[in-house]
Amino acid sequence: MNPVLRTILQRLGLGIATLFVVSIIISLTIEMLPGDFARAVLGQSATPETVAAFQREIGLDRSPVVRYFNWISGVLRGDFGESYASAGSLAGHRRLVAEMIGPRLLNTLFLAGAAALIAVPLSLFLGFMAALYRNSFFDRAVNVVSLTSISSPEFFLAYILIMFLAVKFPIFVSLASITPNMPFLDRLHAIALPTLTLVLVIVAHMMRMTRAAIINLLASPYIEMSRLKGARPMQVILRHALPNAWAPIANVIALNLAYLVVGVVVVEVVFTYPGIGQLMVDAVSKRDLPVVQGCALVFAGTYILLNLLADIVTIVSNPRLLHPR
Amino acid sequence: MTESAHTSDRPVAAAQPLPGRRSRRARVWRVLRKAPPTAWFGLIVIGLYLFVAVGAPWLAPYPESELVGGAFEPWGGQFLLGTDQLGRDMLSRLIYGARNTVGIAFLTTMLSFLLGGGLGLMAAISGGWLDQVLGRAVDVLMSIPQLIFALVLLSILGSSIVNLIVVIAVLDSTRVFRLSRSVAQGVVVMDYVEAARLRGEKLPWIMRREILPNIMPPLVAEFGLRFCFVFLTISALSFLGLGIKPPTADWGSMVRDNAALITYGDVTPLLPAGAIALLTVAVNFVVDWFLHKTSGLRE
Amino acid sequence: MSESMEKLKLAEKLVGRGKVSRRQFVQLALAAGLTAGAAETMFVKAARAEPKKGGFAKFGLAHGATTDSLDPAGYPDTATQIPFAGAMSNNLTEVDADGNIHPDVAESFEPGDDAATWVFKIRNGITFHNGKGVTPEDVIISFQHHMGPDSKSAAKSLLADVKEIKADGKDQVVFTLTGANADFPYVASEYHIPIMPAKDGKADWQSGVRTGAYVYGEYEPGVRAHLTRNPNYHKTAWFDEVEFLTIPDVTARTAALTAGQLHWISRADLKTLNLLKRDPNVNIDEVTGLGHYTFPMLVDAAPFDNVDVRTALKYAINRQDIVDKVFLGHAAPGNDNPIAPSVKFAIDPEPKHTYDPEKAKFHLKKAGMENLKVNLSVADAAFNGAVDAAVLYQQHAKAAGIDINVVREPNDGYWDNVWLKKPWCASYWGGRPTCDWMFTTTYAKGAAWNETNFAHPRFNELLIQGRAETDEKKRAAIYAEMQQIQHDEGGAIVLVFNNYVDASSKKLAHGKIAGNWEGDGFKIAERWWFA
Repeated sequence: MNPVLRTILQRLGLGIATLFVVSIIISLTIEMLPGDFARAVLGQSATPETVAAFQREIGLDRSPVVRYFNWISGVLRGDFGESYASAGSLAGHRRLVAEMIGPRLLNTLFLAGAAALIAVPLSLFLGFMAALYRNSFFDRAVNVVSLTSISSPEFFLAYILIMFLAVKFPIFVSLASITPNMPFLDRLHAIALPTLTLVLVIVAHMMRMTRAAIINLLASPYIEMSRLKGARPMQVILRHALPNAWAPIANVIALNLAYLVVGVVVVEVVFTYPGIGQLMVDAVSKRDLPVVQGCALVFAGTYILLNLLADIVTIVSNPRLLHPR
Repeated sequence: MTESAHTSDRPVAAAQPLPGRRSRRARVWRVLRKAPPTAWFGLIVIGLYLFVAVGAPWLAPYPESELVGGAFEPWGGQFLLGTDQLGRDMLSRLIYGARNTVGIAFLTTMLSFLLGGGLGLMAAISGGWLDQVLGRAVDVLMSIPQLIFALVLLSILGSSIVNLIVVIAVLDSTRVFRLSRSVAQGVVVMDYVEAARLRGEKLPWIMRREILPNIMPPLVAEFGLRFCFVFLTISALSFLGLGIKPPTADWGSMVRDNAALITYGDVTPLLPAGAIALLTVAVNFVVDWFLHKTSGLRE
Repeated sequence: MSESMEKLKLAEKLVGRGKVSRRQFVQLALAAGLTAGAAETMFVKAARAEPKKGGFAKFGLAHGATTDSLDPAGYPDTATQIPFAGAMSNNLTEVDADGNIHPDVAESFEPGDDAATWVFKIRNGITFHNGKGVTPEDVIISFQHHMGPDSKSAAKSLLADVKEIKADGKDQVVFTLTGANADFPYVASEYHIPIMPAKDGKADWQSGVRTGAYVYGEYEPGVRAHLTRNPNYHKTAWFDEVEFLTIPDVTARTAALTAGQLHWISRADLKTLNLLKRDPNVNIDEVTGLGHYTFPMLVDAAPFDNVDVRTALKYAINRQDIVDKVFLGHAAPGNDNPIAPSVKFAIDPEPKHTYDPEKAKFHLKKAGMENLKVNLSVADAAFNGAVDAAVLYQQHAKAAGIDINVVREPNDGYWDNVWLKKPWCASYWGGRPTCDWMFTTTYAKGAAWNETNFAHPRFNELLIQGRAETDEKKRAAIYAEMQQIQHDEGGAIVLVFNNYVDASSKKLAHGKIAGNWEGDGFKIAERWWFA
């Protein structure tokens, strides 16, 4: 069988198993958290009777195992269930998990896509240049700047950007509250600052890894050989080093893209961006298990798919793996 | 690591250096002398941090959590960097912060490397079902959003410092596991490992003496970054409402507590943030130098 | 008064309604002998003072969750309270900025002979947003929504005393209570009980059709709510459109206000308030509310079962220091009386409980102890700054030989696992507008939220008496004695009454701000306007 196809099938199978285990772990941990949905929603005003009434209505009086099996059998039929908050549903509709996650996921992908479109080419270029002019002033400067930005907490970078670009010089807006029927350009304007923050956060990591991957190869004999043949440094890197560096670079990019989808809850909070990370944190603090499960599956799925993509790049970029003996 | 074992085994050799086999101190000095200025800078900064961390009780003008003045006293005078919102001396808290933060970050990173690195090596050497089980378990852990999972776990366990260290270390160790397993796999197939195995050496011996020295460079590079990410995780957790709680001073939470000031152009939050950034740059300078040395590139 | 002055006065009123232009006004003022500069100032002031219609106001709220909904049985935080209870709905009655009760959906209300029955007459011609008139059935259903065995409403215990609700004719509703309650009209103003239309024998909360100043528009739970003005409102609302955004991060909220993206934010950052004040376009609005923070002790658990231990602890805390350091001056120190000074019949009991380690030692000795070691369980979930306050308390109490061990509890599940369970913890009360209400909820024997397990026979006797009493003087005496009992023997250390510190753009104007709830008694969208 074609190695690419085989890897895809194998990984997808493993991925589904992983998702299954993830859902069990999430169920277990949420059950272990103190309190439940009824108490979390009622807060200080919970009395035993109101809590009991809540629990009866959303089925929290059944055992966790029964609830889990009900949920997972629904998922296998493509039904992700409904939020516990359906007990207080909107305009008569039950609040389906899929409907809650859908728009949020689109928002998250929109932001992640914008950040990736800027960050990936930029970090590849910077990493490449830093490897080419290694130990030069340029290399050192890029290095220090990127290390500083990598070591600053995201919310702090965000605040600095807000201070300069929204308050002092009001070019952009600090509230990225986008609405479903907003024109595309307005949306781009609204998400400028969160995008910029994310770019600053991920460029450093990708750039360093690109640089390291290329430099790592420069010591190998075949590079030495081409250099002895008199090829120019730029040519050496482009023709000989880069093709072999794709695998590690793809892995780092996949990791950072996954981060853009999965790990940006802090940026979402600072810019009040209605993304999926906030939804999950919200759902965890309210113990809204079906929503937490839905979000966790989306996140895990993203991670698995992106890793699969990176593996495919690894195979395709390596003739030995692409055409095994 | 193995080098030092050799020299301490043979004190005689060290005492009477032969040509080409210098004493340990001389060798270290020779390496350092050739180190680039960035590496020197990194080493000095790290040394300074360690000094401050160890000497905190003697260096800090005031105790860590005692209220010594009014809230938000200005810079200068009695309080060199002013006081925080409760009237605790900022400078003292920064100094104690070095001890707590660097200590916690170091312990966390060490723990995650022991755990992730150890399991990664075992998986690479033994292969088979152990490798499969560990690999899949790590896949599962990695596909759960780390920050949110840490938040949940700390809510269950309570956010004491020990729990914080353990939870972050375990979640971080997944990446270390992946890295060490993949690099070790390249080494395991080498002839000298095979030879050691045929000699009948035990697994720990092979791990320590044959494989570890050969996979050090990428692990050290990872260590440098992971070490710094611990600060970020702590401050992100404190942003979301967990993390180290006062009165313990740590830089991550100090950035969080004072971050709002930056939107008014007040530079106070830059102090702890700068302290983290400086350490990150320093550690990675040293790591870069180490990588350069081991990569064999001569330029 | 000269003729020209009279004209000017009239013109000033007309300016407010937008009927007189700046030019006309200045001419009149010059004729009356004012300088041009004074006339200009007068015009601006007059133009600001009278409300006028128009504009799209945006409000930044500190709370909100994706689990929020339109159901008034919930309304857990300001993201539902201010838009839905305050802007979109009305109750039978309304509390004004001075704490007085007024009819709202009701036109008038009257007690029966013994204050155990109350008759509410529905306002003539009042309609829901969909044009349907409000009937007694709607009122009854709106109350019953919170009652009954299956109710999940936070207002359930509040209405536990309501025995029967009956329609009387076409426009009257009669409430029969299990006992007298002179304050029932206040209960009817509680934000969980807005009037909703009845549909198939149930309250129709899902549609968002209410009677209030603004009509339901778009809503994304935990993100934003967008409402438009109700043209047929029985009072007046000024903004054309209002939007409420949930922005939990206070720095983001403040930045959005200073950058002009929002017109009002709740809960300004106290730490940086002085810096925010320097902004020429921002007003800080501060009102002392009914809300207060407490450290409740369970009076049936050792060592708090000894009243002298409780008194010692009350003297061992330096509230002013906590006000200064934790609340940065934006709170009023408590005196172990949970009734806010602005509430009717409130007293300030003597002797004042101020920081006095000697007195604390004295009471400790009286309890037969030299020193005391106690645990205080806190988390910031109880109130913002609870941990800092406890740490300061720990320092204060040292001087009195009291060793307070501050136990940090997780924020998550705090109200479940710590509050009412640990012998000593931190707690928060949004406050209630009457003495009876506050005492019934929190200090009556057997009350579900009796956070001190307080069971004082005389106190409970007075509570029943006070409810039936309609003579103001006698009520004042009863409530004074009850407050004194709380102060002397109660289990709650009333730390501070917190201020609502909000910030708004100078573009907005408003009257006196109510302190009964956040955001001008939740009614900010109805009561404020663009100057």
